[in-house]
Amino acid sequence: MNAPNASGWRPAMGEGGEAPAILTVSGDRGLTLEEPLIFELGRPGTCGVDLDEPRGEIAPGLARFLRAEPPALPGLTEPETVRHYTRLSRQNYAIDLGPFPLGSCTMKHNPRLNEKVARLPGFADIHPLQPQHTVRGAIGVISELADWLVTLTGMAAVAMTPKAGAHGELCGLLCIRAALEARGDAREVVLVPESAHGTNPATAAFAGYRVENIPATADGRVDLAALTARLGPDVAAVMITNPNTCGLFERDMKAISDAVHAAGGLVYCDGANFNAIVGKVRPGDLGVDAMHINLHKTFSTPHGGGGPGSGPVVLSAALAPFAPLPFAMRGPDGIIRLVEEEDAPQHHPQSFGRMAAFHGQMGMFTRALTYILSHGADGLRQVAEDAVLNANYVLRSLEDVLDAPFGAAGPCMHEALFSDEGFAEGFSTLDLAKGLIDEGFHPMTVYFPLVVHGAMLVEPTETESKAGLDRFIASMRSLAARARNADPALKSAPHLAPRRRLDETQAARKPVLVQPQ
Amino acid sequence: MPTYYTKDHEWIAVDGDTGTVGITDYAQSQLGDITYVDLPSPGATIGKGDAPCVVDSVKAASDVYAPVSGTVTEVNEALGDAPELVNGEAETGGWLFRLTLSNPSELDGLMDRAAYEAYVAGL
Repeated sequence: MNAPNASGWRPAMGEGGEAPAILTVSGDRGLTLEEPLIFELGRPGTCGVDLDEPRGEIAPGLARFLRAEPPALPGLTEPETVRHYTRLSRQNYAIDLGPFPLGSCTMKHNPRLNEKVARLPGFADIHPLQPQHTVRGAIGVISELADWLVTLTGMAAVAMTPKAGAHGELCGLLCIRAALEARGDAREVVLVPESAHGTNPATAAFAGYRVENIPATADGRVDLAALTARLGPDVAAVMITNPNTCGLFERDMKAISDAVHAAGGLVYCDGANFNAIVGKVRPGDLGVDAMHINLHKTFSTPHGGGGPGSGPVVLSAALAPFAPLPFAMRGPDGIIRLVEEEDAPQHHPQSFGRMAAFHGQMGMFTRALTYILSHGADGLRQVAEDAVLNANYVLRSLEDVLDAPFGAAGPCMHEALFSDEGFAEGFSTLDLAKGLIDEGFHPMTVYFPLVVHGAMLVEPTETESKAGLDRFIASMRSLAARARNADPALKSAPHLAPRRRLDETQAARKPVLVQPQ
Repeated sequence: MPTYYTKDHEWIAVDGDTGTVGITDYAQSQLGDITYVDLPSPGATIGKGDAPCVVDSVKAASDVYAPVSGTVTEVNEALGDAPELVNGEAETGGWLFRLTLSNPSELDGLMDRAAYEAYVAGL
């Protein structure tokens, strides 16, 4: 079925690779399984299910749609199908297998309790068009979660519907645009510092603004003087990521907010890195007008845990009147309710519209609230403390073998940032990342942020124990030494993965997207 | 044909009122393998500092800034099938677009070859 030793080293791969000592006929190597594409398996016509013959007359209008020939589907039995996908899954890496130091996706542990609660029929089997009196519990979850988010951030209100981080950014900027237009103040420019997330300038452009960059200081933070100098009557907003993409807390945040407000602008904060400050800092106290919270990062169920995105946006009193529908609003009785179009003229007349068809990502709401309630306020604070402690442990354990460009700027927040400074000629961040695969770890974020040459961004989160971090650090120290000493085997890593180093350039330039016949 | 350089690593070779724009060899070496080049449309009017062109590499997507203002007259169609020209011949066959200069005095603020080499050496 398979070509002999279809995985692993092949002569065409060139120097630096060594052939495995034992070649197998199956292509599998022990428990490292080789697997062809599903179209290369099975026999046409095989079906894993005993389907009934069609009965009765085919409606006249449908007859012309009958297939002349059966579709070219793979023909597999049920066990063959199950094995195919299970074998593929064995080639995957997941947060449930080991550390996942990807900064930007916060691959943190996904507590199993969340999954149990999200699968309760009262949450899992309901429909957004059901009569409200039949889903009071679900609406209660949205309200209670909204209450927690408002409290944790010190803001006035929250728009629950945005479906992910960048969707939340758009929601925040549309609120800012609506607020400015409501006061007859057309402004054209959004300022985005170099240390902000890459989605920020894209969002500002999508919302119709012209984007201008603000440089970073030598210690990786927003240049307050440059930002203040650029403020003026044409600046609608500033978008700041805090903690920023260099893993640093923007210490001047309050001064930035005050300066922006004095110039008539508004402050958007990218809250993707809220994990590092949850329970410790309230963005409302820093003068932020809008901030999205990646529920799927800070409050568990990251992408690696299988969850979809969810990006509620907390809003200041200045922006709350313009939030999209349905809108979670606290009534005089202290209860948060969702305002829909029929109530909007009475309760929420200045809303800019809708971001989504329904109430938001219900599956994430139940998981996030479960996470919050099972941790409690003290537990959430400890999450932030442990995440920051872990990142600093990585930073200080590696800075003697890897260049840490902002290591002298004080403690980092959730992420430790390194550069490729000091690697031997011809050795790059990519080589180290590929070597990490051989060591059994998923690589960290590489080549971002752009302000650091050959950036390596490690975000361990609170998930990892000290023992787990020590294993990762030992591997990183070994790889750093190999990159400094020009070990040719590192240049051709990975050697032990199901596939050797892939030709990423060719995959981007000449992608093969169709199975060759 | 005088060639000028920017701090953002673009070059512009000027012949009369026509300028040919590309990225420098240093820039391509930093970007790594180029996988796609998003070129402007001929006829587009661009201002100095605008980003009419994006270069995608295996590492990142990077804006190419216009060294001077003008109107795009021609783009390097060969890059559609062979973006690797930017890696191999960044300052010759890997040029990106040509434009008619609307304000040639903007060239005064750019660097010559010697100044650019000194600038790169200091990075």
